[in-house]
Formats: sequence, C-alpha cells, structure tokens
Amino acid sequence: MKIDTSKNVLGKPINRVDGVLKVTGHARYAAEQQFDEKALVGWLVSSDTAVGEITHLSTEKAEKAEGVHAVLTYKNAGPLKPFSKPASESRFTQSRAVLNEPHIRHFGAPVALVIADTLEQARYAASLVEYTIDAKSPDLLLSSEQATTVPDSLDGGFEADVESGNSSHDKKAVEIEADYTTPSQISAAMEPHATIANFDGEKLSVYTSVQIIASAVDALAVTFELDEENIEVKSPFIGGGFGSKLGLHYDAVLACLGARYLKRPVKVVLSRRQVFYNAPHRGHSFQQMHLSCDSDGLIGDIEHHSAMPKAKGYEFAEATGAGARVTYAAEFINSTHRIKDADTPLIDSTRSPGDAIGSLAFESAIDELALKAGIDPLTFRIKNLPEVHPVSGKRFTTHRLGDCLQEGAQKFGWQHKPAPKPGKLIGHGVASAMRMNVLVPSAASISLDSNGKLTVRSDMTDIGTGSYTILAQIAAGAFHSQLDSVDVQLGDSSLPPSCGSGGSFGAASTGSALMKACELLKQSLKKTLKQKLPNLTSECELVLEGNMLVVYETDVDTHTTTNLDTHIKRADVDTHTNSSEPQRFLLSELIDKDNFPLTEIGEVGEDDTSEDEQYSCGAHFVEVEVDTHTGEVRLKRQYGIFSAGKILNVKTASSQIKGGMVWGAGYALTEAIHHHTDSASFINPDFGEYHIAVNRDIADVTLDFLETPDYEASPIGAKGIGELGITGAGAAIANAIADATGVRIREFPITMDKVMEGLQNKRGG
Amino acid sequence: MSTLFVNEEAYPLPEDPRTTLLDFLHQHLSMFGAKKGCDHGQCGACTVLVDGERINACLVFTFQLEGKSVTTIEGIAKNDELHPLQKAFVERDAFQCGYCTSGQICSSVALLGERAAKNPSAVTCGPDYSSKEDIRERMSGNLCRCGAYPNIVDAIQDVIALEPQ
Repeated sequence: MKIDTSKNVLGKPINRVDGVLKVTGHARYAAEQQFDEKALVGWLVSSDTAVGEITHLSTEKAEKAEGVHAVLTYKNAGPLKPFSKPASESRFTQSRAVLNEPHIRHFGAPVALVIADTLEQARYAASLVEYTIDAKSPDLLLSSEQATTVPDSLDGGFEADVESGNSSHDKKAVEIEADYTTPSQISAAMEPHATIANFDGEKLSVYTSVQIIASAVDALAVTFELDEENIEVKSPFIGGGFGSKLGLHYDAVLACLGARYLKRPVKVVLSRRQVFYNAPHRGHSFQQMHLSCDSDGLIGDIEHHSAMPKAKGYEFAEATGAGARVTYAAEFINSTHRIKDADTPLIDSTRSPGDAIGSLAFESAIDELALKAGIDPLTFRIKNLPEVHPVSGKRFTTHRLGDCLQEGAQKFGWQHKPAPKPGKLIGHGVASAMRMNVLVPSAASISLDSNGKLTVRSDMTDIGTGSYTILAQIAAGAFHSQLDSVDVQLGDSSLPPSCGSGGSFGAASTGSALMKACELLKQSLKKTLKQKLPNLTSECELVLEGNMLVVYETDVDTHTTTNLDTHIKRADVDTHTNSSEPQRFLLSELIDKDNFPLTEIGEVGEDDTSEDEQYSCGAHFVEVEVDTHTGEVRLKRQYGIFSAGKILNVKTASSQIKGGMVWGAGYALTEAIHHHTDSASFINPDFGEYHIAVNRDIADVTLDFLETPDYEASPIGAKGIGELGITGAGAAIANAIADATGVRIREFPITMDKVMEGLQNKRGG
Repeated sequence: MSTLFVNEEAYPLPEDPRTTLLDFLHQHLSMFGAKKGCDHGQCGACTVLVDGERINACLVFTFQLEGKSVTTIEGIAKNDELHPLQKAFVERDAFQCGYCTSGQICSSVALLGERAAKNPSAVTCGPDYSSKEDIRERMSGNLCRCGAYPNIVDAIQDVIALEPQ
C-alpha cells in the first residue's frame, strides 16, 4: 500500500486559500470592519512645522461644525504614558503617545483629531482648527561627517562596528574609494495605516493593520496604561506592510483616544500624505567604501562606513554594512555605522533593512573593483566566495551562493548579450544576495473535530505573504488530508501568540510551530489508537479521509533519507507503507464526543535553531537597454536564483521574491523621498511624486529556487524569502547600466538625468 | 428621487455633495471592494467601471453620476461564477496583499473592452493589442506595491488567449 502522496500539498504551487476573497473584493481589511455601533470618523490635523511647542490652539469653530462630536488635542485627549517610555521596552512596545503634550516632534505630527459622523464632516471641520507652533530650527543629517554617534545596537542584532583580519600589502594592486548615497525611502504599502477602535470603559477592541499582533497589544497596554487582558487586537487582512506596520502607529493611538473619549467606535485612516509623516520611513544613507584586491582579483580590504539619521526618541538604526561583512572572503574587513539624532518622522524598518540599501552600494562597488581589476564581475564574485563567515569564522548551515551565481549565469545567458538597436545600449549586470535568517519564538495550535475538520489558530498575520495558505498546506500535509478540510484563523490576539510577519521569519517560525502542533496531535491520536490496535508501531502513518482516521503501518523509505539523515522524515513525509491493509476508524467512534475538538499547541524557540551562521542566498541577473540620447533606462529582463531552504509553496514564494525584485527596480531607478531641509518636510509625499515602479517599468521577471531544506535553521527546513528578493536586485540593475554605458552613478536612484549627464561627460561634451 | 445604479441596484444619491463615489460606496453602501490607496487618483486601487469605462472612484463626486451604472469588483462575478479574469488572477497569483486587486481586476475588465473597441493605448503600434508592452501600458494606472505586475500581465494574457480569434 502506498499513501497517495499527491495529496501531500506542502511545497506544491497551491493557489492562495484566501484568493477568491481577494479577487471578489470580500477580504475585509482594518478600516472595513464594523462594530455593532456605527463608527465615527476621525480626521487628523497635522503640524505644518517640524519641531516646537504649540503656543495657541483654537478648536471652537471646528467643534461647532456640523456632525462633529469632539476635537481632541493635548488639552483634552486624556493621559497617556509619555512617548518612548519606558526605556526598558523595545521600540514596538514603548508608548506611542500623541496628543498628550504641546511638544511637536516632527513635521506632519498630530496636532488634533476631529471626530464627526462622516468623513466629509470631519475633514472639513479639521480645516477650521487653528494653531500656532513656536518652531525651532530642525536638526537633520546633511552630510556623512555629521553622523558621529555609535548606535547602541543595529537592527538584526548586528554590532555597530566590526573589524576582522589584517590588511597586508599583498592584495592592494587594485584599489577603489567609492562613496555612495541612497535616498530616504518609504514602504508605501497600498493600504494606508488604518484603525477602528471601540472602548466600553474597560475593554479596548481594535481592528488595525499591523504585522505583529502581540506587540500591538503590548504597545496599547503601555501607551494607555491598561491591562493586556482588556485589549483585543485583530488584523485578519493587511494591505501590505513591508516593515511599516511591524508596530502600531498614530492611526491606532488616535482611534483608541477617540474611542476612550467618546465610549463608542472611532475609525482613523491616514491619508496617503499622512502616511509619509505618521508612519515610518527609511533614512537616507551615506556609504563610504574602500576596497582592494590583487591582480588575480582576490580581495584584500573591505571597508564599509555607513552614516544615517535616527529619529529622535526612537531606537532604530539599520545595518547597511551587513552584506559587506558576509558576502565575500577578504584579508581585512572593517565595517562601521554612525548615526545622528534628527527631527524627522519615525525611521524604522523598510523592506530588508540594512541589506536593501547596503547591497545597492556594496554590490555596485564590488562591480567597480572587478572592472578596475579587469575581471568579469561574475567570475570576480565566484573567486571570492567565503568558506565560512568572513568575520565570525563560523560555518554556514547552508551556503549556495556559488551555485546561485554559476547556475544563474547559465540560465540567464550571461555570455550572450544581444546586439543593441540604433541609439540604444545594452548592458548585463549581476549581484549577489545574502540575507540573514532567524527563527523567532512563535506558537500555533491545531484542532481536530469529529468530522475530520482541522483548524489552525495563531495570531500570525498574512500581509500578502501567503500565511493562510502555507499554514493550511502544513496542516493538510501532516495528515495527508485535503486542503479544504483545513480552516486557518489568524490575526487575532485571542489566538496563540506568534512571531508575526516581518524580518523574513514568519513562515519558518510559525510554520515550524504548527508542524510541532500537528506532531503532538498525531502522537495523541496514536495513543488513543493503541488501545484498539495494541501492536501499533509509533512509525505508523495517520491519514484523515473525511471523518475517518486511516492508519497505515509503514516502512520508512530509506532512499529518501540518504542526504539529510533523519531530518527528512520530519517535514517531507513521503512514506511507503508495508503490505498490511490500512485500518479505518470513524473519528466519532474512536474518541468520545466530549473530547472534541482535540487541540494541541506547538511552539518554537531558540532551541529549535542553529547557532551557526544562517543565511538565505541568491544571485540577480539583469539586462537593461539605455537610450543614448535621453539616458532612459528600460529593464529588459530580471532573473534571480535563490537558495532559501525548503520552499513551502513555490507559487506564493515566487510571487514574494518577484515582488522584492520589483522593489529593487524602484530602488535602482525611481524611488526617493526628497527633503525640504528648512522645514524638515518631504517635498514629494504621495504616489504622484514618490515613484514606486508601475507595471510598464517592469519587464520579464523570472526566477528559480535551488531547494535544499535547512533543518538546522528551522524544524520545517524553511528559511526567509521576504527580504531576499530585494537584496541585490537594485545593484544588478545599477551594474547593468554601468555595463551598458560605461558610466557609474553612485547616487541612487539612477534617474535619466544622471545617466544623460554621465553619457555627456563621457563623450566630452 | 435622484438615483444611481451600483451593480444593477438603484440607490439614492447622498445628500452631502462632497461625497465621492468611493466614500459613497464605503460609507453609504458598506461596499468595501473598491479600495482607497491615495484618494488622489494616483494609485488606481479604487478603479470601478461606469457604463463600462474605468474611472477612479475617488476622483468623481457621486452626484455627477445620476442615472449612471457603476460596476464595482463585487459586481464582476456573475451568479457566483467568477469572471475569467478573477480566475486567472487566482491561478497566476497576480496579487499578494490583495489591496490593489479590486482595482487591477476592474482595470483589466475595462482593458478587454478597450481592446474589443480597438481603442489604442499610448504604445499601441499596428493591429497588435495583445503585446505585453501594450498590456503593461494599459495597466500602469494601477499601482501594486507587492510587485505582482509580471503575474498580472500573465493573468491578462491568459484571458486574452481565451478570446475567439
């Protein structure tokens, strides 16, 4: 007998289980939720200056306007724990107080919240609020020299400064100094930050758009000084996060303030422009590099010095040097990070903190070094791959960067550049991607009812990553059951606490927790079966078929375990059964009805992951066409090849990676927040002027996975992919432009004016 | 009484003339399929069809639509049967977070109509209305931050391939 493994859906390119809801417009996001009582609508009055004290406030006209229920300001909004307190908490669980003091921390910060029956009424009344701010001159980071503070810590747990090895004279035949800049950027999820809150005097109920539910509960408990038991947070669908919704933002605090004040539901949705100021963005970076190699192209020195702003009162600094520390072997590596406290809106994680912009600069500079040494950039990279982590000296759990570069080059056709059309130039570019992998403590439960229906529960979120789908696959895979016999409930603080979504840790962490829960449930079922089948072995395989539990005695197929020892059995159940007939039991007869649903909780923690170096790897290849007259860059194709452990769903994983590659295109070519430094405001805070890639900016995007389950990284063998796709993607484009034009632009984004100027300078005109 | 039609049902126009079609759908009809991504006509998440042509619901006041027929994403499927584009979007995984998807699909439905009517796009050259470049151009008014563009183009091409040649 053989179990029908076609039903084993884990890893398969299954369509999203929430797909139909999303294509019919029936998935309900935060602002679309409803309480029993109709929600009032809050509209934010934003400060028109960067930093200072409110000296005058006049709300009477607004209060008298039609439909207005309240105008909240620091005078009447009620007490909150002061912003960023207590210092002992992490930034996601510190107070996010607003409207609690006359002090304004940054441009666009909340001055008042006008609450009315309708959006139109609230918005009009907001225009009637008058205020004066005694403004101080804002402090910003204007040059790399101004960043002199060593950050206490860097995102991802990296040390601010690292030095390893010794610089010798042997590998300095070729040297470059390269100073790169990347602009301020923003996640700009399509769904603006939105919250609807209700408060009944004791219990605070919140629908919001947040990536990590548990920290949202903590943040509200701290900010409003409430017991966590009295706070309920739900976020069933999230219209994109990309780091900007890791924690709660002002929409949530304002909606809760309104609900607390009026004791009825209040909704606050940030406008697109308000998102730029009232949710986090990524700071601009100065990245100064010194690189050297010998005449054979072996790297001697890698020096990477990063300078970035940090928002005052908010502890976040990103590790732009992470890639410089891990990607290539070198005699000497020196990586430093400096920051300056600035009067800016919050600066926090934006997709792939550190690596997205670190790779833009570093992988471009590596290309410069290769070209100066007269070595093909692909060959140069392969020559300098490290055996172990270049700084820590620890082994990698898996490391397939070399395979990605070599196989990728073949599939892309690195050697075969098409001839350009008249007036055009064609270029090829390559870049490496290394993204640290982490397993984060997480929990999920599985329940089985007497009809054979499985229910997965976790406060895990699905920000478009496919959590609903892969968790359904894991549960169905564990019991060889149909996907539609699994219900997945997520994004609710009453469910087992998970890691949430962010930092590429969601799928591997929560997926592993669910896998453990399923194992516990199987053990429990086997215990029950043992009473009916005394000879049952613990290796028997359980299959759910409708309301039947089918028991197969098994012989584990030893052929499938040769490479991965015993680990393969833990996730890739491809088990051959022995010749005895399977035994079938009605669930309702096997187990007393009072014991349903059977529920087990699975948890993962630091014991479930290796202390060795864990990285997802990838290689990007790009073909661009550049117009010699206008400098316009057109992408012809982007190809990527990635190694990220076991791929839980090839379809959703590919989509996520492609999305990262599209971000890379935006970072290379179009995206930049432009600062008005006198007012510390943004010149282009909307989609009309902050240019994320549109459909026609993107050409063919294809990819492959080199799948090697990494059971040292996580019990399920998966590693992170959410940030891998963007890491290196923009640099490959920059390198392709340099290949096409012979012009190296070190100031991102590479807009057509810069390319045109470079081409003109090259022509000597 | 002044009415407009949404997915073939008649509704009275709202009293407040400041009400955009998008806010009318949300506040008066609790119909949340069309999304607000920018409220400025910059992102396309609120795209709906008015008498078969696509518009940004955030850029039109409801009173301007007296007697007009609006189709939102909720009206694209007929009798619980998904539109071929909806099926293709699911099959091609042409979305991730799903927030722009309603607008993408409404735009795609309009795109099919524009092709049938032989309305050229900015890049149309000759009789070929099915090139990827043509589809990309026509879909560039709908932003997707998850970066589903390649899959969206694939989904639309799949549906075009179903059309009788």
